[in-house]
Amino acid sequence: MCTTFMKELMLGQHQFGTSTLTSRTSLTAPTTDTFKAAMYFVSATINASTTAYSATGEVTNTSGTGYTAGGLTVTNATAPLSTNTTATAGVAYWTPSASFVWTALTITTAFDSVLIYNSTQSNKAVSVHTFGSQTITSGTFTLTMPANDTTNALLRLSTT
Amino acid sequence: MLITTTKGDMEESLLEKREGSVDNDNEMTTWVEYWHEGELVHRSAHVTLKQPVTFGDGVAAALG
Repeated sequence: MCTTFMKELMLGQHQFGTSTLTSRTSLTAPTTDTFKAAMYFVSATINASTTAYSATGEVTNTSGTGYTAGGLTVTNATAPLSTNTTATAGVAYWTPSASFVWTALTITTAFDSVLIYNSTQSNKAVSVHTFGSQTITSGTFTLTMPANDTTNALLRLSTT
Repeated sequence: MLITTTKGDMEESLLEKREGSVDNDNEMTTWVEYWHEGELVHRSAHVTLKQPVTFGDGVAAALG
């Protein structure tokens, strides 16, 4: 499989079969999608089978307003990249261009995952990332993004 | 230094500070807690993800 094809999948430049995606407003000046990141309690069922954002199991504030339902908007300033590692193998990859940061947060029920989803395209799920369970009390929760390279990027499409 | 707590901003010197970290294949996490008179009044955490979500590992034969 051609490596650039995987990158183009990330860019939405291929659609097979009957398209169910919302059409772009303009083919000559297409709009970019908005991606969001929502956090989930440990008790939630959120995994690779998740197809779209759901408020079920999403974290809620114990007090205050540090977390907004639906999560925060992902900074999407970095285009997907691709590279060939050999003549027959390659990888396409993408990482949000900024960390996810929630401030003035109080969530005393344990949470352990974040869902990235496309809020422009009917909230379709992109990926789920899990970590050791956390609680936050009058504090800050930061989810720092890995390096945007072939081995560490948050999302990777690989032929090997 | 002032620390934001459940009881409002408090001088750090009045609080007991506890810190910890987790470093494994999945994440590098650090956290800091401040306690006042046996009560947790502040907790922050910083998670760096290490494990990317990868599609395609091991399926080259099927797709190639």
